[in-house]
Amino acid sequence: MKPMSRRALITSGLAAAGVAGLAAANRLAGRHGLIPPDCRGIYGPGETLTYATQRILTRHAMAREFPRNMISKNPFMNEVAPPSDQFKKLQAGGFGDWRLTVDGLVAHPMSLSLADLRSLPTHSQITEVVCEEGWSYVAEWIGTPLSGVLREAGILPQARYLKYFSIQPEWSDSIDMADAHHPQTFLTLGMNDGELPVGFGGPLRLRVPRQLGYKSVKYITRITATDSMKFQGDYAWFAGI
Amino acid sequence: MAIARHSVLVRVTHWLTVISFVALLVTGLEIVISHPRFYWGETGNVNMKPLFTIPIPSSRDTVPTGYGYVMPDQNGWSRYLHFESAWVLVLTGLVYGIASLLNGHFRRNLVPEPGERSLGAHWERMSQYLRRKPPGKDETHSYNVLQRTTYLIVIFVLFPLVIWTGLALSPSFNAAFPWGVNLLGGRQSARTLHFFVTWALVLFLLVHVAMLAVSGFWSRMQGMITGRTSSMGESVATKELV
Repeated sequence: MKPMSRRALITSGLAAAGVAGLAAANRLAGRHGLIPPDCRGIYGPGETLTYATQRILTRHAMAREFPRNMISKNPFMNEVAPPSDQFKKLQAGGFGDWRLTVDGLVAHPMSLSLADLRSLPTHSQITEVVCEEGWSYVAEWIGTPLSGVLREAGILPQARYLKYFSIQPEWSDSIDMADAHHPQTFLTLGMNDGELPVGFGGPLRLRVPRQLGYKSVKYITRITATDSMKFQGDYAWFAGI
Repeated sequence: MAIARHSVLVRVTHWLTVISFVALLVTGLEIVISHPRFYWGETGNVNMKPLFTIPIPSSRDTVPTGYGYVMPDQNGWSRYLHFESAWVLVLTGLVYGIASLLNGHFRRNLVPEPGERSLGAHWERMSQYLRRKPPGKDETHSYNVLQRTTYLIVIFVLFPLVIWTGLALSPSFNAAFPWGVNLLGGRQSARTLHFFVTWALVLFLLVHVAMLAVSGFWSRMQGMITGRTSSMGESVATKELV
């Protein structure tokens, strides 16, 4: 066998160290929740770097809040699909029969009416809605922090993601527990001192102000806690960029 | 005889920058199509008066463009590729920047030489270009003062600015570092500045390629790919642009 040259020795040593380092980093990242569900495929490395960096640097950061005089006079409600028959029926009844189901990895699955949600501690925040398309507006959002509802439901420690579903067919999304427990993640019932208009997601919208608007799904009827997630979709799962 | 021109580090980081910049430019323009209106301040949407509008159809029917045509939505993959390319650009820039500080590339090859740190020296070189004087023998192994200043501005002003204005569009990053976006005058100002700095970089790219054409496209291309230029028509020098 030919003896290894010094250069080859150093190169292969560095390569081995690199592979071992990557494997160790991957294990560590997995344990600390730094790997997003869309970590595979050609865009996986970029998404993983973004998500891991955000979770290391900004896990507890609070979204910017604005003074009242910065509330947009003409917020843009964006278009939604025509309301389903189910939605129209509930709307005709003044949303008195609207229910929010909380299930999955929770000790006490719940079904809450809007009145139940209103009886919970109410907070407000003046934050910006930021659409991935480029536009934005500032509004006051009034509701109850999602973390309180999760506490009442007794969310189990093995829960890693929260999936949430709109009453509109095929409209749902999910967040990790850092955003689920974040104090600004609201089950939103009101906007700018009034009820939350239907165009802006009324009667119930999940506001996730540290992520792009598409994570703030309108017309929420179900939240389910889970420990695993298969990602499907065209847009990045983590929308905090 | 071959002339040494560019170090491996310069060549590899140069081409990684080219690839990521082109990907960022294409995907960035693609994202702009979904809202080809620009604003100043914190907020902006179709209910507000824009600072200016790009007269193209949009990929969203909610944007009034005056065209009865909606372009296909390509934002999903465009956004994925935009941010992945941004990582390539940032990491490449870090490697290049740190290595060039350590090995003296900035000091030796990019900071204008002591006798040339004046507007007059820049103007003199500019007038040579304008008179279409072919590059002198000294330029085979060394950047002239206009190149040095331009490269320094691109490396230390334009790229940091385009990264900063881009980061200021990240809602999570803004949560942790609110001054990043507030200093720029708000979210929509940051978006508009991101767009303008991009065009400054595109302008640099166009002039950069035009100058290659003037001074010998294939010879300069060969230099940036292989690290060497054949001595035909060039002065013989051994100083490497490391």
